[in-house]
Amino acid sequence: MELKRVVVTGLGALTPIGNTVEEYWNALIAGKSGAAPVTHFDAEKFKTRFACELKDFTVTDFIDRKSARKMDKFSQYAMVASDEAIVDSKLDLDAVNKLRVGVIWGAGIGGLETFQEEMMNFAKGDGTPKFNPFFIPKMIADIAPGNISIKYGFMGPNYTTVSACASSANAMIDALNNIRLGHCDVIVTGGSEAAVTIAGMGGFNAMHAMSTRNDDPQSASRPFDATRDGFVLGEGAGAIVLEEYEHAKARGAKIYAELVGGGLSSDAYHMTAPHPEGIGVVAVMKNCLENAGMQPEDVDHINTHGTSTPLGDVAELKAITEIFGTHAKNININSTKSMTGHLLGAAGAIEAIASILAMEHGIVPPTINHTTADENIDPSLNLTLNKPQKRDVKVAMSNTFGFGGHNACVLFKKLD
Amino acid sequence: MSDIASRVKAIIVDKLGVDENEVVPEGSFTNDLGADSLDTVELIMEFEKEFDIQIPDDQAENIATVGQAIQYIEEAKK
Repeated sequence: MELKRVVVTGLGALTPIGNTVEEYWNALIAGKSGAAPVTHFDAEKFKTRFACELKDFTVTDFIDRKSARKMDKFSQYAMVASDEAIVDSKLDLDAVNKLRVGVIWGAGIGGLETFQEEMMNFAKGDGTPKFNPFFIPKMIADIAPGNISIKYGFMGPNYTTVSACASSANAMIDALNNIRLGHCDVIVTGGSEAAVTIAGMGGFNAMHAMSTRNDDPQSASRPFDATRDGFVLGEGAGAIVLEEYEHAKARGAKIYAELVGGGLSSDAYHMTAPHPEGIGVVAVMKNCLENAGMQPEDVDHINTHGTSTPLGDVAELKAITEIFGTHAKNININSTKSMTGHLLGAAGAIEAIASILAMEHGIVPPTINHTTADENIDPSLNLTLNKPQKRDVKVAMSNTFGFGGHNACVLFKKLD
Repeated sequence: MSDIASRVKAIIVDKLGVDENEVVPEGSFTNDLGADSLDTVELIMEFEKEFDIQIPDDQAENIATVGQAIQYIEEAKK
């Protein structure tokens, strides 16, 4: 059977540097950092006291108070970003066959704050369980796509993929395959995360995974820089409407790009450390190119996982050199996490959106905060340091790797 | 309105996101005030917390309206 083609027809973004796709893009090319001292809780005693939180976001501007109260933040963010993407797609909600519209979402953790609040309340009591009846349905990671389907009546496949920081790339790839195989006409995909909480910050700090540059939060996320010291936690959501090509064409939809392939692999090595030889990372990019039927030389731009951790950044660039060979130096490589921080389960979605917008505008956003070259990084690579670069991007790759050794990679192509 | 009645009303307004004028004694949580089964459980828990009482499940089932809630709590607090 012939596989269907899949295109991007709608985008939504709620990020630490912009609350809409337009604001997000403007901040990306302006090289704006989203990092600031934590406001969600008192972090005074924490090793890391800053994060990339959303700014000027009031949930009741988007969702009525009664509904918002029944959602954890990760679900609220999902609703806001998916609303923007669905409006942007101009999908006729009365005309579309809702049995063939799915929602496949990514979340690395789910309702961490809800879980934390309920357990803290329990710990304050005498052991009598007094859990809120909304505790479980607010917290579970699959509730975000559930809520989106309830709002819009989309009755196609509906679930959440969980693979830590690769979650939303996994979601996009599942969405791609469902449409390719003819199971759906449209899938709302993406991811959301809201882990800037006591448990999230405390837990990642305990792993020594996060930057502790408390004296200068805005420069803390510095992928590929010799002085990088860990990632900066972010929160938010990204949403992408994927649609079968003929379905999109028939309704005259604006097509941003084609999602031409996805690759998956596992490191099978360590719970949190990347494989030192990057075997899984090499495999995932190779799988992705093969899946898309494209050659390494076709790729113009890679939005890396690039979290600003000492080991991960080097391993990823070594893998890129291995796969792309001499073409690696022609690629505009960047890490937009230098600006947004690391949105965990939402990272794949907002970074895919950054890649699609780079294609749309012919500009690759920068990797900010670079001051000192790392001697372990090949200086011939173009890491799009500190300033955006004009580039006619025809094919863009976006990498995501999750704790647990999960690797996922997607490839977008500009339509001729 | 009694102190208990006004506190019950405030909880219902807060949890169900309804207008104060809608919270009348004969108002049914599910039929008139838009509560689902989980909302109803949450309301009972809020009443227990606010008034420091225990409402056993078999009795909670009989509290379906604003008036029934006020009456139950007034009895319990006597």
